[in-house]
Amino acid sequence: MLPVLLIAIPLITGVIGFFIRNDKSARTWSLLSSLATLVVALLGAFGKYEVDALHKEIEWLPSLGSSFSVTLDGMGKLLCLLTGLSFPAIFTATWKHGYSKAYNFYALMLLSQAGLMGVFLAYDALLFYFFWELALIPAYFLCSIWGGEKRIPVTFKFFVYTFLGSLLMLIAIIYLYTKTPNQTFSLESFYKISIPNPDQLWLFWLMFLAFAVKMPIFPFHTWQPDTYEQSPTATTMVLSGVMVKMGVFGLIRWLIPILPVGSWAWGDTVSIMCVTGMIYASLIAMRQDDLKRLIAYSSIAHVGLMCLAVFATDKVGMQGTMIQMFNHGINIIGLWIVVELIERQFGTRKMSELGGIAQKAPVLSILLVIVALANVALPLTNAFVGEFMMFTGVFSSNVSKFNVVFAVCALLTVILSAVYTLNMLQKVLYGNTSARTENGIEIRRNESFVLAVLVVVILMIGVYPKPMLELTQTTVDTIISKMITKHP
Amino acid sequence: MNSIVLSGIWGVIMMFTGLLSKQPVTTRAMALLGSLGLLVVNILELSGYTIFSFDARGMITPDNFSLLFNCIASAGTLVYFLLSGRDMEKVGKDVSEYYALLFFVLCGVSIVSTYSTLLLLFLGIEILSIPLYILTGSDRLNLKSNEAALKYFLMGAFSTGLMLMGIALIYGAKGSFSMDVIGANNTTLTPMMSAGLLLLLFSLAFKVSAAPFHFWTPDVYDGAPGVFTSFMATIVKAAAFIAFIRLFKGCFLEMQAQWQLIVAIITAATLLIGNITAVFQQSVKRMLAYSSIAQAGFMMFAIVALNPMALEGLLLYTAAYSLATIGIFAVLIRMKDYTFEGFNGMGKHHPVLAASITVFTLSLAGIPATAGFMAKFYMLFSAVSTGKLLWLVILGVVCAAISAYYYFRVIQAMYFKDGPKQEIETNWRFRTVLVASAVFIVFLGLFPGWLIDKLYLFF
Repeated sequence: MLPVLLIAIPLITGVIGFFIRNDKSARTWSLLSSLATLVVALLGAFGKYEVDALHKEIEWLPSLGSSFSVTLDGMGKLLCLLTGLSFPAIFTATWKHGYSKAYNFYALMLLSQAGLMGVFLAYDALLFYFFWELALIPAYFLCSIWGGEKRIPVTFKFFVYTFLGSLLMLIAIIYLYTKTPNQTFSLESFYKISIPNPDQLWLFWLMFLAFAVKMPIFPFHTWQPDTYEQSPTATTMVLSGVMVKMGVFGLIRWLIPILPVGSWAWGDTVSIMCVTGMIYASLIAMRQDDLKRLIAYSSIAHVGLMCLAVFATDKVGMQGTMIQMFNHGINIIGLWIVVELIERQFGTRKMSELGGIAQKAPVLSILLVIVALANVALPLTNAFVGEFMMFTGVFSSNVSKFNVVFAVCALLTVILSAVYTLNMLQKVLYGNTSARTENGIEIRRNESFVLAVLVVVILMIGVYPKPMLELTQTTVDTIISKMITKHP
Repeated sequence: MNSIVLSGIWGVIMMFTGLLSKQPVTTRAMALLGSLGLLVVNILELSGYTIFSFDARGMITPDNFSLLFNCIASAGTLVYFLLSGRDMEKVGKDVSEYYALLFFVLCGVSIVSTYSTLLLLFLGIEILSIPLYILTGSDRLNLKSNEAALKYFLMGAFSTGLMLMGIALIYGAKGSFSMDVIGANNTTLTPMMSAGLLLLLFSLAFKVSAAPFHFWTPDVYDGAPGVFTSFMATIVKAAAFIAFIRLFKGCFLEMQAQWQLIVAIITAATLLIGNITAVFQQSVKRMLAYSSIAQAGFMMFAIVALNPMALEGLLLYTAAYSLATIGIFAVLIRMKDYTFEGFNGMGKHHPVLAASITVFTLSLAGIPATAGFMAKFYMLFSAVSTGKLLWLVILGVVCAAISAYYYFRVIQAMYFKDGPKQEIETNWRFRTVLVASAVFIVFLGLFPGWLIDKLYLFF
């Protein structure tokens, strides 16, 4: 029942939202809906339930062997919690942002939430594909209508790129279906498939390309900085905070356990792509003046590390990735909120035009510093837990000859991330005030409240990560055990 | 069998309606009654009640597949009459003749879906095509219309000649026109049989506008009056596909390995040519003409695969594609500006029309939750199930991504660009039917089983 609620609440409220004509009521409506979804997500993550309550299967296309099967398992709980938490945070933080025809905006945001929840909950391959695409369509409309000047071609590139990747994944899904013992699309039967090793080699790429474009991994990342820059900030928060995790999640649930031999065979190639992307993105981030583009490139680096850790297929590393998905989501949403606040108040995102904000808005500065240090993965912050586990995993992985090299290169990027993050803090917050920031005022109550909540979560998980670890333990064990049985 | 007789009779009735009444309302009402009657009569036949039965000596064997397709065709024609009936009056004075010709086309459609002898394949294709030649040229004072009609007629006649030669060769090889005799034990490919097969393949490829036999399509679709293009691009193409699959399944199934590669190459060429040329079009009408070639490429997957999935998928595809294209054309022919710029700002000025067109284009592009996605899924599925030709599936998927470009240009123009208000006269009835079609497409996209299950158990 719970998983169905998680999808149904945003879906139904989103469709109703299209018909609420008043902008203010639409805003309140969407906030209430996202809070309701958050409550359900919290219950699902931390409540004690029978297995049946977390699983629902309805007949949908019996002739095709596909059913509407949704389950809330360990990793799903974490990611649904992330989705449930991000949307109220996004709505509260962007409360005062005036959108034209806001009711359409909020309705589309709710619909994208429904799609995202569906991706994390689906236990049926065709349903997974359905929600994967459905999460994309509202994002396309959101970016194209309320975005920046170059939004139309940029969003279109984003859409066609992602669409092509997803269609290739569809072929792989159909092919895998024909190899299942009982001709169904369900995840359990997909886990039972055994594909001969040579076939796994090309099947891997069909499926991986969809995730590679989504995350994104070098060299499929070219859509990302432009799209993040041109989208309205609320949508960027959804894209980078949650949608990116769809790619990593897909790797862990749908790719690695089903095609383990392919993953091991291509692991080195993918790791090289990840590490190259991380170093490349960090170097470019260091040269950025626009805050949005800096955070976009920094995001590529972080997700590259997550992908690297997944392909290391080590228990600790994979658990670290799962936790880091949640952490990165929280951190980056916090960063985007700050960017939105700065842009709204001072009218610019360029670091060269900002400065001295610490003198004018101390609360904002404190919160920004904590979130930025979380982005660097300083100990005491949540990202440190995740990154430490991921690096442990990469370092001690025994599936690759070059894991030490990858680990060292990846650690290099941590240093680089400290460089560009601290540089950003210095330029934006400290030093003398510029012409634009001279009349800066403190941020509003609701905005500081949201940031404070995120900071509390960051510090809490940084100091006491045990609940997260417990949530994901069973999932990691299941996946790794499935893979070990197929190790050649 | 019901529909063959009824559509023929109704065509004659429509001709006389024009004589007896000068009111266009009456003609329209009679046409609606006729198409509704066709739908009802097909449903009755699916349940076992054959009202007009005659001894066809085994030349006509209606099975569930054919009758369900007839239902789809009649329902599609009903929607077409409801949406575009009035626009036919703008083409010329002889409205009842147009309706009569359309009913004769439907007669051909019914023959072509139920034939079991090659002679009736030829007859059905001819009955299907000849009224269309006339309809293409019905805008008599327009030079483009005349050119299109002549082009269509000459090339159509030529391809029918090829078909006749093919049939003759197959008769020479097997000694009978009946598909049961030809298809029985048909495993060896003698030179005469292969020549006949190839000629039939090429002539049917012409009818469905598969590359490289597609060159007539853009000019004919562009030159014909928009109302009739709508019908030609949907119901007629669907019927041609049903004829195609019926022929190959009935006669050449056992030697599939011999001809599968050729059909696969034709499919690949169709997909590539249709999609890539559509990208460069500036007029929405011509874009839809090329996109119909691209969609035909996808429907060809069914011929390549020829398994039960392929049959189900083809039915779903014809329903989804016909409904979406009829819907888009219904709005397009009421617009004065056919280019993409003509759609600018429609989201603001005509929100209901824009929303329906969005659903139709999303369905044609193959976005999940629309019937078009399910149809493409079935096609990909049937192709992957064969176990070979994975290259064709990947090519199809790449072309589907390319198609997203030109379909989304329409959505972009409507919602993301501003433009002057176009005068599109619609009344509430038109909009209701349009919205109902859009809702049905979404319904079919979520529950395709509703249609597919009827193939096996109607009630």
